[in-house]
Parts: sequence; structure tokens; C-alpha cells
Amino acid sequence: MITIDRLTKRFDRRAVLDELTLSIDAGDRIALIGSNGAGKTTLFRCLLGHYGHQGTISFDGSAGRRREASALARVAFVPQLPPPLRMPVGELLAFAERGAGADAALMREIAGRMGIDLDEVKSRPFYRLSGGQKQKILVTVALGRAVDLMIFDEPAANLDPAARAVFIDLLAERKEASMLIASHRLEEVAPLVNRVIELDRGRVVLDDEVVDRLRAGEFRMATITLAQPHEPFAAALAGWGFATDPAGLRFTGPVPAAETFRFLGLLARYGSLIDSLALDQDVMERV
Amino acid sequence: MMNAMSTDPLSAPTTPGLRLPARPEAPPRTGLGLSMRLEFAESLRSRWFHFYSVVVVGLMLLLITTGISESRVLGFTGLSRLLVTYIQIMMAVLPLFIVVTTARSMVGDREAGNLEYMLAFPVSLRVWYWGRFLARLGLVLAPIALSLALAAGYGMVRGHSVPWTHIALYSGLTAALTACFLGIGFLISALSRSTEVALGASLLVWLALVALLDLLLLSVLIQGQFIPEFVIGIALANPLQSFRTASMILFDPQLILLGPASYVILDHFGVTGYVVWAMIYPTVLGLVFAALGYWRFSRGDLV
Repeated sequence: MITIDRLTKRFDRRAVLDELTLSIDAGDRIALIGSNGAGKTTLFRCLLGHYGHQGTISFDGSAGRRREASALARVAFVPQLPPPLRMPVGELLAFAERGAGADAALMREIAGRMGIDLDEVKSRPFYRLSGGQKQKILVTVALGRAVDLMIFDEPAANLDPAARAVFIDLLAERKEASMLIASHRLEEVAPLVNRVIELDRGRVVLDDEVVDRLRAGEFRMATITLAQPHEPFAAALAGWGFATDPAGLRFTGPVPAAETFRFLGLLARYGSLIDSLALDQDVMERV
Repeated sequence: MMNAMSTDPLSAPTTPGLRLPARPEAPPRTGLGLSMRLEFAESLRSRWFHFYSVVVVGLMLLLITTGISESRVLGFTGLSRLLVTYIQIMMAVLPLFIVVTTARSMVGDREAGNLEYMLAFPVSLRVWYWGRFLARLGLVLAPIALSLALAAGYGMVRGHSVPWTHIALYSGLTAALTACFLGIGFLISALSRSTEVALGASLLVWLALVALLDLLLLSVLIQGQFIPEFVIGIALANPLQSFRTASMILFDPQLILLGPASYVILDHFGVTGYVVWAMIYPTVLGLVFAALGYWRFSRGDLV
């Protein structure tokens, strides 16, 4: 879908992107990782046409002019820092609807799931919202558009844990769009992605396919033993569909392969209670 | 309230339920009208526009309430006197307001990160840039049109004869001056990398044009360091001077107020010719500056 060939961007002779070559295929969900200054944001800005650059960026084999509106119609973007737009939220949503083809009803649904009542905030200036609310609105706008590529620059940075989880769920449900997600929390986006790219000083130093064992639709069998009964832990595992022995010490249940990282995150929270843990290596089909 | 299904990031997996967005038949694109509407709305919310409107309309109301139309100075009386005074004050206020607020606008948006977000939408740079230009042109002129309408209404109520032709010509001159300084402002904004630089550059340009008004030119002439044609050329090239002279010529066709320099203008242009020049030249100059700004803006880094 997108071919990047020897992309170079310099600031004051310093190459932030250094002959970067990469291709993004339809259906790719890429976690873009790398330390600060590795070139992640610069790559996004080149893709969006914000920066002039050397090298070529082609959409479907066609390297058109920089910043073609027809190419931008296929891309949704959520920046790392929400811009301090003075316009009311309602005006931003109306602009996204009229100028970028966003689906108004869907945006309402997404915002609701993110915990935002659009009727309540629509007349409020965007810049007056809290950091988390701003990020949720930007995510709402991005997910409300029918695009082929979604670019997220640290999208969950301002979100509380609950909103982050909803956000991850929402992204997981958008299976038709390719995604490029820059994140410092690989474990957070890992269940979403099928490819991990690491940048270092403007070059790709790792381009790895995520193993198939974690793909959606497959499960692992987990067995956990506690030193003593713990009601909140039992309740949390009940939500995952685990069975408990009468003493409340031994739990067994299936873990969706694609949710493995999230499940391990849950266990980390109760790490001091766990006596033993077994996560079946064999991929099993859920009956 | 957060949706109960996903209150905990570590909760059980949720059931997929989000429908896909409807895909438009044609690729969506932000048109000129929407771009202009966005700029209109943004400016109507901004303090500079409120302050500017209060100054422009307030000045007219002040002139009306202080009875300036009843006084007689250098042969001007009634609405003519009122308009001459108003337009001379506007010449000082308008360019400064326009160039300072415009020069800061784009570079301010760039610094704040607004450009990064808004230009990620499918809007062509041409539409976005010229949409802003046209919207600002309309916004700057709206309070002036309101003021002139107030003056005309006041004149009719008081039984003065309303100089409609002069009001129309003043409107044209003001529009030309506005287009000129908007163009300068857009060019400065496109060239500047920070708000401070844009602000400093816009003040410098305004000061240079004010300094080159005829007082300074006369002193240069007296010193005899330049040939008169060169000095007159500078005066003709200064959009502030052309506005000033043209606004004078409407009520003083012999340009008695201007002194000996009037012979050059009247001999070369005539009254009609000079008014046409004063409308076309600043407009073209403004459009050229704005186009240069667009050229620079579209070829550099946008954010």
C-alpha cells in the first residue's frame, strides 16, 4: 500500500531519517518503537506531507506530489500532543464530517465507549478539555473516518488505564485498516499488532513479524495457584471465564492468544499472591 | 461514565461490536467554503477581532457623537468632514492591526501544533491558504463596512447629503489597502519560524512604510540627495501613501492639502487615474505578496 524508498530528512545537516526504506502493506498493524529522537514523529510527518524530504513515498505504487489531498483522505492521524484548538468540539467534529468524511453516528458511538458524552462537550472549546478528553476526541475523529491507514503517535499517553483499555479494544475492532502506532509501551499495543519496527537514528534496525501463536481466535490454557484465597483476584479471573476449585486457590481457564500480554499484565498486579503459574505452550482451539 | 464493558484495562476481552464507518462515494476533501468558514469562526472567537471591531466601529461612533460632522475645517463639512477624519485615522489603525495579527496567525498555529493536526486532514494547501486569506479579507472589511453604513444612516437621519460615490470609493480604497497588508502579513507569516520574529518583522515593515510617508520624503527632497523622480517613485510605490493621497483627492481634487507634490500626481495620473491606481496597485501588490507567501509556505516544512 505504501512504499517508502530511501527517505531522508535532515535538520541543520543532521539526518533524522537516514535513507529509510520500508513498505506498509494493506492489513499491516505496525508498532513503531524507538528511543526519543529515533525519527518516529519525523516519519509520520513525512508520510503526512508536513515535511519536505529526499527519497520517495508512494501510495499504491504512485509517488504523487507531496501532500496530496486524495492520499490524505485515506489517512487518519492522532498526534502525540493534542493541539490547542480554540474551536468547540462540535465544530471540530462537524469539520471532520464535512471535510474528511467522518461518520457522525459512529463518532458518537466511539466517543460514548471512550466515556465522552458529545452532547455535553460539543459547545466547549477543545483546548479547555482535559488532556485525556482531548485525546479521546482526537481518537474519536480518527476512528470515525473510513481510511486505509491510521497513524497514532503515542495515542494513549494522556489516557487513564480504563480509557486505554477501551482504546485498545476499539483499535482491535478496526480490522480493515492498516495501523502505524508509535508507542513506548510495546506491551500495551502488542496484542494489536502483527509487525514491530524499531527505529534508531533514522534507520530501521528491527522489522519483525509477530509470531502467529498470538493471533486472534486461538487460546492458551492457564493454570494459577494462589498461596491463600483472594476475593478480588478470583473476581478478576471470573471475568476471563476461569473456573475455581472449592478452596478458591486453583484457577484454570483459556486465555485468548491475542490477549496474552493483557492477561500477564493482570497477573503482574497480583504477583505477590501467586504460588505457581502455568501457561500451556500448545495452542488450543476453543470448543 | 466509562462503558461498563471496559472499565479495566486488564478485564476480560470484550466482544467486537464497532461497525465500520461508511465509506464516502468520492474521496472526502475540504473545499474552499469550509476552509473559509473555519477561519471565519476562528477569527470571530479571537480577541484581536473583538478588539479591532470595537476600535473601528467605536471610532466612528466617537466621531459621530462628538459632532465632528457639524464642524467645518478646510472647507469640509457634514459627512464629508466625518469621512475624511475617519479614513485618515483608519490609515493609521488598519495596516498595523492587519499586519500584526495576520503575521502571527499562521506561525502561531505552527508553533502550537494546530497546523500539524489540521493539515493532516484532506485539504489542499492552496485551498487552506487562500481560504484563510479570503476569510480574513472579509472579516477585516466587515467592521469598516458597518462603520460606513452607520455614518450614512446618521447622515440621512440628520438630513446631511450622503456622498454615496465617495463612500463607495472609500470602501474600494480600504479593501485595496486591506488586501495589500493581508498579503504582507501572510508573506511574513510564511517566512517566519517563530511568533516573535513575525511580530518584529511586521512592526518593522509598518514602521518603514509610515516613515516613507511624505514628511520624510519632503525632508529627503530638501536635502537634495535624491532626484525628485526617485522620491516620487517611492511615494507612489508606498501603498500607505497611495491610500492617503487617493482619500484626499476624493474631497480635494486639486490636492491643495498636499502642496507642490500634487502637480506630479495630477499631471501624470489625473484624479480618476490616481484613484484607479490607488485601488489596483495595492490589491495587486497584496496578491503578489500573498502568492509569494504561498510559494514559500508550500515548499518548506509545514510544521
